[in-house]
Amino acid sequence: MNIHEYQAKELLRQYGIPVPLGEVVYSVKAAARVAEEIGGQRWVVKAQIHAGGRGKAGGVKLANSMERLAELADQMIGSRLATEQTGPEGQRVQRVLVERAAKIDREIYLGFIVDRDSQRIVVIATAEGGVDVEEMAREHPERIHKEVVDPAIGLLDFQCRKIAMALGLQDRMSPFVRILKRFYRCFRDKDMLLAEINPLVETEDGDLLALDCKMVFDDNSLFRQGEIAELRDFDEEDPKEVEATGHGLNYIALDGQVGCIVNGAGLAMATMDAVVLHGARPANFLDVGGGASPEKVANAFRIVLKDPNVKAILVNIFAGINRCDWVATGVVQATRDQRIVVPIVVRLAGTNEVEGRRILSESGLDLITAEDLDEAAAKAVAALKAVEA
Amino acid sequence: MSVFVDRSSRVIIQGFTGQHATFHAAEAMAGGTNVVGGVTPGKGGSTHLDRPVFNSVAEAVAETGADVSGIFAPPQVAVDALLEAIEAGIRVAVIIADGVPVQDMVRTKRYLTGRSTVIIGPNSPGIITPGECKVGIMPSHIYRKGRIGVVSKSGTLNYEAVAQMGKLGLGQSTCVGIGGDPVNGVDFRTVMQAFEEDDETDIVVLIGEIGGNQEVEAARWASHYMNKPVVGFVAGASAPRGRRMGHAGAVISGESDTATAKLDAMEALGLYTVRNPADIGDAVLRAIKETGEHHHARAGP
Repeated sequence: MNIHEYQAKELLRQYGIPVPLGEVVYSVKAAARVAEEIGGQRWVVKAQIHAGGRGKAGGVKLANSMERLAELADQMIGSRLATEQTGPEGQRVQRVLVERAAKIDREIYLGFIVDRDSQRIVVIATAEGGVDVEEMAREHPERIHKEVVDPAIGLLDFQCRKIAMALGLQDRMSPFVRILKRFYRCFRDKDMLLAEINPLVETEDGDLLALDCKMVFDDNSLFRQGEIAELRDFDEEDPKEVEATGHGLNYIALDGQVGCIVNGAGLAMATMDAVVLHGARPANFLDVGGGASPEKVANAFRIVLKDPNVKAILVNIFAGINRCDWVATGVVQATRDQRIVVPIVVRLAGTNEVEGRRILSESGLDLITAEDLDEAAAKAVAALKAVEA
Repeated sequence: MSVFVDRSSRVIIQGFTGQHATFHAAEAMAGGTNVVGGVTPGKGGSTHLDRPVFNSVAEAVAETGADVSGIFAPPQVAVDALLEAIEAGIRVAVIIADGVPVQDMVRTKRYLTGRSTVIIGPNSPGIITPGECKVGIMPSHIYRKGRIGVVSKSGTLNYEAVAQMGKLGLGQSTCVGIGGDPVNGVDFRTVMQAFEEDDETDIVVLIGEIGGNQEVEAARWASHYMNKPVVGFVAGASAPRGRRMGHAGAVISGESDTATAKLDAMEALGLYTVRNPADIGDAVLRAIKETGEHHHARAGP
């Protein structure tokens, strides 16, 4: 789960990590009020959407006067911001963060991840903040500094000092070590998977400030992170994906035309791959999970068909804890109740597959059945081509 | 011999009296798995499925000599159950739950230092040595005794591969689902090593997915230390960057953890790679023919 920059900064503040003076606002009037309250001559106006790449897309701008500030807030609030991560249609900006601008001497990148290689929490730092850290890791791995945290004992002072020295922060050692340790505690306490302060800046006055912050939380831990779960912004998510989650389905919208309804994440991905190999593109990833009832399957159809691009549906079930007869009943119900007109290809295998196939054939519906994965994908793509022709 | 579990395994089920645990334990027992008891805190002293129920894993181990545990506890409490199993000296702990907090697994793996429990999962379909022992949720009837070792992250893709092999008359020595989480128990490499050392396995099928680099690490290890042929497939060639595809660990975060990049790396390391998920069975057959293991790998009568 992602949160907004202003929410992440509030968490940093709670952990005693310095952030710029500022406040999130929903109107031009409030923007002016906040600027007056925090004072100074220059302010930054930052569009609050989850996607990255805001700066390049014009979602972060500097105002040298109150008039300019009002103008920028007016332009941004209510507009759609398209960054490299949002897709061309962009994301609606509902609020902006107004902050006092800092005079910056240098920028640093500071991040924590749950690292898959070491299977531990790792701190990552580089002296060149604001950059794409992945690109840096590829091109100049020697400029990336890492420390692996022993979960039994936590991040140690000497590890923080090592990072400080690698970054050339000998003169700011104590405040840096304090910030890094607090950042680690925040990461661990709140069950994050990834957190970045990018950049952490040293101002003209020698203060360290977290100028931007991104946090990704572990969905699996939200049951014990009630305060974090409340920060979820459904407007930032695809409404079809939100609805799917409510039905216990795992759905991700994609840009193709073959709607996919599958059980299991691995088989769902493989089914999408098979569709591509046969010359079409999947409209979605959808995992109905285990123990899929007829109602759940019917809901899966409803969500997949909300995407107007869907011209054919491929149902691929390999039932272990699922039951093919339940899935078949769901397919038949959905086709009748929802008056589905797009071609439906169904492949059923595993638990109760004979019964499932019988339900499909006795329904009298115009369903296309397939014996295996390859045949199913081929038939779904052929059905799509027939619709398009 | 097979890998990790066999007919000599003495299995307990944690969360024994729950609905899913009951269903899968009964199914495993019907297939010959030696389930010697179960644990449900507070229900110790009773019996379930004609087997004794204990209040703790330590008690169950002391009374039954159990060495394998299937953990069917829900994700919020599954790690506690796992730690209890490790502490009680369980040799193989299978953790089925999907939705285990990732940082809990980080701490668990640290706790494992100096202990020797083999953890399978979380978010795993389990492990099966056909005809001998099943600890998990896979549909037993599709598996048959043979000489092919299968290791996958996904459950359903494991079934898919096994079904394809079944149509060609090929059976399995052991099938292991290591799970789809970013921090998990045994990795691909550890399972591959076990298969390499197993005299009942002739060929290994590795089924991975996008995210992380376990598949490539395992392939690199195999290219140096394995004599047995390895067939590899990686799901998610059609997946977009940055989106979590169902499994917590299935997310492309760089250039090197796409399906295509992993398959390219595996191919360069000399593995039999499969680009189409429908071709896994055929690739196994091709590997058998080319390496002359044909007569070994066929399923028994």
